[in-house]
Amino acid sequence: MAGTGITVWAAFQNFGKFNIVIALGIATIKATLVVLYFMHARYSPKRTQLVIVCSVFWLAIMLTLTLADYDTRPHEGPLASANTCYRAPSFGGYCSG
Amino acid sequence: MHRTGELYGHFETLEQQKESAALGMWIFLVTEVLFFGGLFLTYTINRHAFGAAFGAGSNTLDIKLGGFNTVVLIMSSLTMAMAVWSAQVGKKQLVSIFLIATLGLGTVFLGVKVIEYKQKFDHHLIPGHDFDIRYRSEHPAAADDPKEIAVEKEEVEKTFAVDPDSNAHGQLYFSLYFGMTGLHALHMIVGAGLLIWLIKGSLAGRFTPQYNTPVEIVGLYWHFVDIVWIYLFPLLYLIDRHR
Repeated sequence: MAGTGITVWAAFQNFGKFNIVIALGIATIKATLVVLYFMHARYSPKRTQLVIVCSVFWLAIMLTLTLADYDTRPHEGPLASANTCYRAPSFGGYCSG
Repeated sequence: MHRTGELYGHFETLEQQKESAALGMWIFLVTEVLFFGGLFLTYTINRHAFGAAFGAGSNTLDIKLGGFNTVVLIMSSLTMAMAVWSAQVGKKQLVSIFLIATLGLGTVFLGVKVIEYKQKFDHHLIPGHDFDIRYRSEHPAAADDPKEIAVEKEEVEKTFAVDPDSNAHGQLYFSLYFGMTGLHALHMIVGAGLLIWLIKGSLAGRFTPQYNTPVEIVGLYWHFVDIVWIYLFPLLYLIDRHR
């Protein structure tokens, strides 16, 4: 509950690039508390804890590898530029600009 | 037929039977994590590409309603945890009370969501033919604060200066907004159905310290849905609030 208050407060502050990091950091702390105490992960058998850790690990693989791919692949100009086509025009696609 | 918690042949002890059930639910939740994870990934990539339009879209959301809903949902997680605890220590009456409280809070959340969705219809923010991110500041509702409207108008102009295609990219934001919150709401509706089933069971006095697996398992699911919202709220509502 206090976490929600802090999240909203932090969102209105300007930390430049770090706003998103702070917002997600607070969300992660809240989520961790829910998993550990509301969902009893802390008192669960090791087997269950392993499953939880695996889930986070697999999610991390999906996020990091996909984002790394997007980040390093050369784009034909910026994604939001004029004359960007969202589908091939021959298929009735939409071109901006 | 109702299960009463007798030991099935393929388990050695009741403890093992219970742990297996919880493990099964956790494995289902892992698939859910990756399911929602894909949506969060789509959101991240598009927000990175179309930051200005996503910021403008996010600022049209009502932060008071969103914040209120966050508090309501965390409260419902608390009452759910209390219901599980009551079942484990055998306080039968408390189980029913906490389950009904959880259902009530979940319903409040969905009700507020309906109000929010209606606002989006009124403000022409539904992706499709009539979508216009400028609409709200150009046709302010009588109740809206004129100062707020002026600020909003200026912001929208700035957004279009940065990204002339803000209406196309704004639709992307709102498609993700409705997709993600809609899927979350669907999970809430399923959860509410499960809660009604639990309340029926608990009013019949079915849950005891020896047998409370259904309460525990639905509790895990309910907390998971809460966690999804904990991430949705900052990502959808709070992108671009600092001025």
